[in-house]
Amino acid sequence: MEAELLYIGLAALFGIFMAWGIGANDVANAMATSVGSRALTIKQAILVAAVFEFLGAVLAGGAVTSTIRQGIVDSELMAGTPELLIYGMLASLLAAGIWLLIASRNGWPVSTTHSIVGAIVGFAAVGIGIDAVQWAKVGTIVMSWVVSPLLAGFIAYLIYRSVQKLILSQDDPLAQAKRFVPVYIFFAAFTITLVTILKGLSHVGLEISLASSYTLATAIAALIAVLGAVVIHRIKPDPKAEKKQHFYTVERVFAILMIVTACSMAFAHGSNDVANAIGPLAAVISVAQTGIVGAKSTLPLWVLVIGGAGIVIGLATFGVHVISTVGKKITQLTPSRGFAAELAAATTIVIASGTGIPISTTHTLVGAVLGVGLARGIDAIDLRVVGRIFISWVVTIPAGAFLSIIFFFIFRTILP
Amino acid sequence: MANMLANIFGASPVMPLEKHVGIAYKCASELRDFFAAAIDGDWDKASESRERIVQYENEADALKKNIRLHLPKSLFMPVPREDLLELLLVQDKMANRAKDVSGIVFGRKMTIPASIAGEFLEFVDRNIDAAKLARKSVRELDELFTSGFRGAEAALVESMVEELDRVETDTDDRQAHLRWSLFKVEKELNPVDVMFLYKVIELTGEIADMAERVGRRLELLLSH
Repeated sequence: MEAELLYIGLAALFGIFMAWGIGANDVANAMATSVGSRALTIKQAILVAAVFEFLGAVLAGGAVTSTIRQGIVDSELMAGTPELLIYGMLASLLAAGIWLLIASRNGWPVSTTHSIVGAIVGFAAVGIGIDAVQWAKVGTIVMSWVVSPLLAGFIAYLIYRSVQKLILSQDDPLAQAKRFVPVYIFFAAFTITLVTILKGLSHVGLEISLASSYTLATAIAALIAVLGAVVIHRIKPDPKAEKKQHFYTVERVFAILMIVTACSMAFAHGSNDVANAIGPLAAVISVAQTGIVGAKSTLPLWVLVIGGAGIVIGLATFGVHVISTVGKKITQLTPSRGFAAELAAATTIVIASGTGIPISTTHTLVGAVLGVGLARGIDAIDLRVVGRIFISWVVTIPAGAFLSIIFFFIFRTILP
Repeated sequence: MANMLANIFGASPVMPLEKHVGIAYKCASELRDFFAAAIDGDWDKASESRERIVQYENEADALKKNIRLHLPKSLFMPVPREDLLELLLVQDKMANRAKDVSGIVFGRKMTIPASIAGEFLEFVDRNIDAAKLARKSVRELDELFTSGFRGAEAALVESMVEELDRVETDTDDRQAHLRWSLFKVEKELNPVDVMFLYKVIELTGEIADMAERVGRRLELLLSH
C-alpha cells in the first residue's frame, strides 16, 4: 500500500501517546488502593505496576486488542476502501487521546475504554455508514459496561462479608487472619493465572491443554499461597500499636494479601487497557501492510510490547505523582477492605480480558468499592461523586464519537 | 480522571468523633481541679482552671461544627448519619455542662459548705469517671467500623456501655444523697446560695447523664 510508512508511523505515534496517557493517569486508579492502604510504598507500587502492567498487556492483552481492532467495525463493508479504515482508526486514537487530555485537565472522571469505543463507533457509523458498525458486538460491550461494575460489586460484597464473618468479628481475629489469608491469596493467584493460561496465552502462540492449564494454575497459586503463608507466619503482634487499634496486626497480615491483589490488579489493568492504545494501531498496521481489510493476520507481539512499554513510560513520567496524590486520599481503604475491592475488580476485569471484552477498569473498581461499602465496610462514600461518575459514563461515548467524526473527515481530506 | 476514585471516599467521621470525645472528656475532667480550688477559696487557681474549661469547650464546639460540615446528606455510611450527629451532640453536651457549672460557681464565687465538700468532690469525680468511660467506648468506633458492627468487637462495646450504665446509676445515688446532705444544712445558709448549690449539683450530675446517653447512642449504632 502507498504511504504505508506514514500510516504506521502516525498510528504508532498516536498509539504510544494513548498508552502513555493510560500509564500516566489510569494506572493510578489501579495502584492507588494499595498505596492508600500502605500495603505498598510508592516505589514498590511503581515496580509492581511496571512489571505486571507489562506482563498483563503482553500475555493477556491479545483478546481485547482483537475486539478493538476488528470486532467493532464491519470490515467487509470497507473491503474496497481500506484507507477509510486507516483514517478512522487514526481519528479514533487521536479523538480518544485528546478527549482524555481535556477531561483529565478538568478533573472529569472519564474512561479510556468508553472513549475509544465511542470514537470507533462514531467514525464508522457517521463516516462510513450506519451498517458499518457491528451493532450486536457493540451491544454486548455496552451491556458489559453495565454488568462489570455490578459483578465486581457483588463479588466484593461476598468477599468482604466472608472476611467479616471469618476474621474480623471473631474473638481472635489475628489467629483467624493467619489461617484464612493464605486461602484468599490462593484464590487471587488462581483466578488470574487460570484466565491468563486459558484465554491469554494463545495470542502469544502458546497452547496448553485444558487439564494441564488447571494443574499449572493450581500449582502456581499454591506456590504463591505457601510463600504468603510463610511471610504471614513471621508477622508478630506489636502490643504498643495494638493498644491504639486492635486490628493493627490483623491489617498487616492483610497487607501481605494486598501485595498479591495489587499485582493482580496491575496485570488485569494491563491486559484490558493496553488494547485501547494498540487495538487501533494493530488495525492500521494490518491494513497498511496487506492492503486488505480484515486480513486474518495474527497480532504481532511487538505491538503488544510497544503498548506495554508505553504504559510503563507513562507510569514512570507522570504516574508516580498521580499515584501518590490519589493514594494519600484513599486512606479509608485499609488492607482488609482494599484487598476485597481489588480482588473483585481484578477477577472481573481478567475474565472480561479473556473473553475479549473492553471494559473500564476504573468503573469496575468503583463498583467493587461500592460493594465493600454495602457490606458496611467503608466509613463514608460520597454518593454525589458516584453520581458524577455515572454521568461521565454516558457523556464520554458521544464526546469520543463526535471528536473522532471530525478527525475522520479531516484525515480523509488531508491524508493521501 | 485520576481523582475520581479518591473523591468517592467522603471524609470519615470516625477519627474526628473520637478526637471530639477526647476533648469533651478533658473539659469535664478539669472540673476536679476547679472545684478543689473553689473549695479552698483559691480563686486565682480556680480562674486558671475555668479558663482551660472554656478553652476546651470552644475547641469541642469548633470540632463539632467541622464534623457536621463534612457530613453532607449525600454520604453513604454503614450507620445512619442522624445517629452519628446525635452522638456528636451528646458528646458535646458533656463539655457544655462542665462550662455551665463552672461558670455559675466562678461567677458567684460560690463557697461550698465544708460539711458537704468531701461528698461533693467525690460526686464530681464519679461524674468524671462516667465521662472517661464514654470516651473509652467512643474510642472503639474505628474498631466497630472495621468489624462491621458485629461479633466480638460489638460485644466488647456492649460490655463497656453496661459499665457506663453502672457508673451513671452510682452518680444518681450519690446525687440523691448529696441533696439530702445539703437539705440538712440548708437552713443555716443563704437561701439564694442554696438555690444555686442545688443547681450546681443538678448540672454536674448531667455530665454523667450525657455520658450515659453517649452509651445509648453507641448501642443504637450496634443495633442497625
